[in-house]
Amino acid sequence: MTQLWNFSGGVHPAENKHQSTARPVRVAGIPDLLVLPLQQHIGEPAEAVVNRGDRVLKGQKIADVTMGMGVPIHAPTSGIIENIADLPVPHPSGMNDRCITLKPDGEDQWLPLSPISDYRGMERDEVLRIIREAGVCGLGGAGFPTDIKLRPPRDRKVSTLILNGAECEPYITADDMTMREQADEVVAGLKIMAWILRPERCVIGVEDNKPEAVDAMRKATEGTQIELAVIPTKYPSGGEKQLIEILTGMEVPSGGIPADIGVMCQNIGTAVAVARAVFEGKPLISRIVTITGEAVREPGNFEALIGTPVEYLLEQAGLEAERVSRLVMGGPMMGYTLHTTAVPVIKTSNCVIAATAVELPAPPPEQPCIRCGECAEVCPMGLLPQQLFWHSKASEFEKAEHLNLFDCIECGACSYVCPSSIPLVQYYRYAKGEIRIQKAEQLKADRARERFEARQARLEREQQEKEQRRKERAKAAAEAQAKKQAEAQNASAEGEATDERAAKAALVQQALARKKAKADTAKTDADVPAGETPDIPDLEKQLAHAQSKLATMQGMLDDAKAQQADNVDKLERAVAKNHDRVKRAENALADARKQLANQTESQSTD
Amino acid sequence: MAFVQQSSPHAHNARPTSRVMLWVIIAALPGLLAQTLFFGWGNLINVIWCIAVALASEAAILALRNKPVAFFLKDNTAAVTGLLLGLSLPQFLPLWVSAIAVISAIVVAKQLYGGLGSNPFNPAMVGYALVLISFPVAMTTNWAEPAMLWKGAPGFGETLGTIISAKQTAVDGWTMATPLDEYKHKIATHTAEEVLRHPTFGTGVARGWEWVNAAFLAGGLLLVVLRIITWHIPVAFLAGLTIMSLAFGNNADQYAPVTLHLLAGGTMLGAFFIATDPVSAATSHQGKLIYGAGIGILIYLIRTWGNYPDAVAFSVLLMNFAVPFIDHYTPPRTYGHHKPRRGLASRDQG
Ligand code: SF4
Ligand code: SF4
Repeated sequence: MTQLWNFSGGVHPAENKHQSTARPVRVAGIPDLLVLPLQQHIGEPAEAVVNRGDRVLKGQKIADVTMGMGVPIHAPTSGIIENIADLPVPHPSGMNDRCITLKPDGEDQWLPLSPISDYRGMERDEVLRIIREAGVCGLGGAGFPTDIKLRPPRDRKVSTLILNGAECEPYITADDMTMREQADEVVAGLKIMAWILRPERCVIGVEDNKPEAVDAMRKATEGTQIELAVIPTKYPSGGEKQLIEILTGMEVPSGGIPADIGVMCQNIGTAVAVARAVFEGKPLISRIVTITGEAVREPGNFEALIGTPVEYLLEQAGLEAERVSRLVMGGPMMGYTLHTTAVPVIKTSNCVIAATAVELPAPPPEQPCIRCGECAEVCPMGLLPQQLFWHSKASEFEKAEHLNLFDCIECGACSYVCPSSIPLVQYYRYAKGEIRIQKAEQLKADRARERFEARQARLEREQQEKEQRRKERAKAAAEAQAKKQAEAQNASAEGEATDERAAKAALVQQALARKKAKADTAKTDADVPAGETPDIPDLEKQLAHAQSKLATMQGMLDDAKAQQADNVDKLERAVAKNHDRVKRAENALADARKQLANQTESQSTD
Repeated sequence: MAFVQQSSPHAHNARPTSRVMLWVIIAALPGLLAQTLFFGWGNLINVIWCIAVALASEAAILALRNKPVAFFLKDNTAAVTGLLLGLSLPQFLPLWVSAIAVISAIVVAKQLYGGLGSNPFNPAMVGYALVLISFPVAMTTNWAEPAMLWKGAPGFGETLGTIISAKQTAVDGWTMATPLDEYKHKIATHTAEEVLRHPTFGTGVARGWEWVNAAFLAGGLLLVVLRIITWHIPVAFLAGLTIMSLAFGNNADQYAPVTLHLLAGGTMLGAFFIATDPVSAATSHQGKLIYGAGIGILIYLIRTWGNYPDAVAFSVLLMNFAVPFIDHYTPPRTYGHHKPRRGLASRDQG
């Protein structure tokens, strides 16, 4: 019996899982059109390697990531590349993003595959490469590329490999059904990962509300070293950090990764994808998705091709369109609402809930916090949600950060229990976003300051050099004069043979010298009226200020353009205005310099 | 199709504040019943009157503050403040004195600090302490003599008449000091045995009072079972009081015995219903233990060496002062961190 630990906090939301486990997994089939977003996971978006009109085979690579972190995308069936365009994708923001659309030809013709029966005879790197080329990423959460995750930092030995079958979110049963129906593949995938990592311990953690899955996994793991841990049902025990705590009693250090304490978590679906990539040579082109909620007549799990529009799946589950009030991608605790049913299933989509208004009613209006402490009681991270809320609302972001805001896993347990119906998580997301923006701006400002300082130093240097040159010129001029004078005097001293011309020249020279002496005293005494002296450093400062402001605005504009924000116009106007300001400052400075140069010039040549 | 756009979580299982408060009211009913049985109609009249005044003054001040009146009245918190005052004020206290207590609780202690959730002090106890200091005679001489309702105690009409009329002379025959008061004043010159002969003590600990406290204890346990409150504050409160009275009061000829401390006066009402007001109490479990124990210890100190016979109100208020300090030093340790982060952002990072 595996020893289990408890994690603090947690809640017991209504499970709502039985609806979607009544039927076996159905194969959703091939929709009329598949939509494949180029970005399906964290990391770099993939780039299309096919063109419009190309015919592709099932399993053919259609997009890949060449620079940076990511995995390729494959054609889920054979057909024609219809388009590469911006279309709605599943994302909390409801944004559009680059997608390849594939028109299936109905033949579902596979590319020749190269399955491997004995990976143990291969290099580990080669197996990792196969996993990457199959486009496998985590099927549970953010979709981290699996091959990268399977290469922990060299100095971190993974001693415990955990397969996360907790599936603690209400409604979702995709992992449950996978374990029930594909237990052998789950174990095969786990064994491959274990062979790569060589851990001392392999544990599959399953919540005790899935007895059928537990039975299936028990059978599949019989006679192996793999432990099966049946853990108590409590949300969010499937959170990576919580599951690690339950199974090992250890905590992932704040800001660290599980490998720091020698642990790695993989998802059930990921294990199946790894097994298929190796043993069948098949890339990740389909996944199991739970379609549930009271607005569908036949909730259940579907084996859906990646790229299948949600609409198509909802129809197969018997959607009663007029009853849907809220469409949630993911579970009710952490999922996000969809704007449209046109979005496709991607590698990380595990569940769609078509909820009626009765099922997921609008929350009552927010009331003041009564400091009841319920939220702190249920927080699995040991945070003070109430204080975080308070500081976030008051925009006291450092204080929120100090109270470990960034350790919040946004599980929503605190909002779930708050008697005042405060949307706490929403405040934390806002605060985190603000802090990130502030940090980015701080960085930009720092860079601008550095540029400004460098410029300031350069200007100073130039000024000094100019001064130096001026002095040299003046010195040279004085020497030349002295030489001429000396010659003239010599000439006059040569007595009788006085050269009239030379004498005249000497007189002129003397007069000039007198005048210069006078001018010099005048300069030191009266000087030029203060108002007429342009204050060069001041103007320089103004110019630098205007320039840094322009840079900031330009940066913001670029960002806004990249995100297609709606304040682009305003920012463009601001940039133009700042452009003018810089011009004006430059002109003023140039004028001032000229004026000053004239003054010096006139004084020295007087 | 237009779908509802909403931030997660999409499911909620909160017991709204209004329902929490309703449970508090329900859990207080056994105590109110016991009070009525043993001390007559006084508390019942007080409770009804105080709740009415509380709702009226809450409505008035909300309207003055331009806040949605119905929205806030529905949270039942004003009703609970009224209820708690009605339960703790002396049975024959004139109506206008209780009205002052309620109005100062709602208007000053709660709404002038910003309303629900913003008050640093327990409103009911602010109201109580205010009238206790302002009208000490009225507050100490209007306690009903414990008597079974059905045995010739003043009837409802008589009680109401007494409370309404400004003339307090009529009540003399029915009132007496509270057992804690009695004990404290007599023990200086008498032995414990002599003191306990006074009818207020009856044959048990303190006639009537013991049953009232037992009933509040029962209601309080219901709140703990329903998870309306956690056990931390009441247990620490009672433990603090018990340990103090065991440590100092083992000589009954000198100080009141522990049974009297636990079962006379407002002990159980204070432990389960008053000290547990979330708004003005400490929040973390550790903080609640410190807060509750502090109240228990202060009650003993004030009852034994202070000028007032009962001390729940002052102790709760004093510990309310300490709440920010307690909260400051008792944050939980966040997952993945070595130490809890105390203090503010400027302090070293733990
Ligand atoms: S959302 Fe954050 S603060 Fe709230 S319970 Fe979860 S981890 Fe704690
Ligand atoms: S649960 Fe809500 S009302 Fe209670 S302390 Fe937390 S934020 Fe405040």
